[in-house]
Amino acid sequence: MVWKKHEYEDIPGSYVFDGRRAHSSYAMNKLFYSFNEEKNRKEFDADPVAYCDKFGLTDEQKELVVSQDFLGVLRSGANIYYMAKFAIPRGLSVQDAGAAFQGISGDEFREKLLEKREGLEERLEQEGGYWNG
Amino acid sequence: MAKIIGGITTSHIPAVGNAISDGLTQEHYWKRFFDGYKPVHEWLEEKKPDLIVVVYNDHGLNFFLDKVPTFAIGCADKYENADEGWGLKPTSPFTGDAEFSWHVAESLINQEFDMCTCQEMLVDHGFVNPMRVLFGDHEVWPIKSIPFAVNTVQHPVPSARRCYKVGQALKVAIESYPEDMKVVIAGTGGLSHQLQGERAGIINVDYDLACIESVINDPDWFANQSNDEIIEQAGTEGIETIMWLVMRGALGEKVNCLHKHYHAPISNTGAGVLLLEGAD
Repeated sequence: MVWKKHEYEDIPGSYVFDGRRAHSSYAMNKLFYSFNEEKNRKEFDADPVAYCDKFGLTDEQKELVVSQDFLGVLRSGANIYYMAKFAIPRGLSVQDAGAAFQGISGDEFREKLLEKREGLEERLEQEGGYWNG
Repeated sequence: MAKIIGGITTSHIPAVGNAISDGLTQEHYWKRFFDGYKPVHEWLEEKKPDLIVVVYNDHGLNFFLDKVPTFAIGCADKYENADEGWGLKPTSPFTGDAEFSWHVAESLINQEFDMCTCQEMLVDHGFVNPMRVLFGDHEVWPIKSIPFAVNTVQHPVPSARRCYKVGQALKVAIESYPEDMKVVIAGTGGLSHQLQGERAGIINVDYDLACIESVINDPDWFANQSNDEIIEQAGTEGIETIMWLVMRGALGEKVNCLHKHYHAPISNTGAGVLLLEGAD
């Protein structure tokens, strides 16, 4: 039994969600998927450990989920869109999650994104044909 | 006969839906992004299409990871939105066209694209936000809509080339439907962004603009790239830009670009709005 290697595994700081990850983290992603329903979000909040046990998470995954270790959860195989169903109701935006992955503040993360706006209109002017207001 | 009268690209990110709901579209952060849709709104108002096919990916509302179809098409008369855990208020339901959908599904399968047909299909923000940003909010939506879902969430996802080819087949499928209808295709998602990992937050403006030019004038450039290359350049979630090629394939060999808009950042992404008409 062997998992095939992929080129994308060599991209640093990235955890491409493939069969290998989906397989190892199926129960955890199923738990996050259950958060589509309000009653399940409430049940988790009332007793996170019991809820993790109900879904059969490994001890390691349970600890990561209960402690809201988002990078750990991701590395353990969570799909980012499913993890968002866990993070967003806890008041975390996708920028906050990105910041947590990098160990910086949400504001610092947003600031770095905003740098992409600098000189954008001029750049598009040079490219030609773009709507520019 | 049904005719594809144009193609549109648009972002579908949750923040777009939130900005509309919170009345922020004219705030500084959002204004330039949303204003860039005005020419598309004017075109839709003038052309009055009867039906829109929205090419999008489901993010874990209708499909869980127990079953992940590569390509799926809604074959119902109605599609509901629902709570997807992200705090977005569900919209009113969307009107489909089951006869149209089944014709398209049958034609695609006869053209060797083995579609998953869905008689019940919850549509998530990937479908809903393009509808909201293109048509505004409605109790009764002013256009029939068909969800066309592409797996861009769990790898292996289809190649860019495969998306282009299913788009070409979609043109054959739609334009062989006997009812006179004006159809628009929306390719949603993108452009570059990565939500996950220590590499989160990348926006690759050069690559985004190259993709936009390719989708207009040289779709083979984008279609020839491997998913590894696209992930490297556009980010792990930017891979969803391959869905633009479904739209592009459905427009034929050559297109006229009626409108081209790019903005960055919106939330974590570069965003591109294109309005294209087939020119064959």
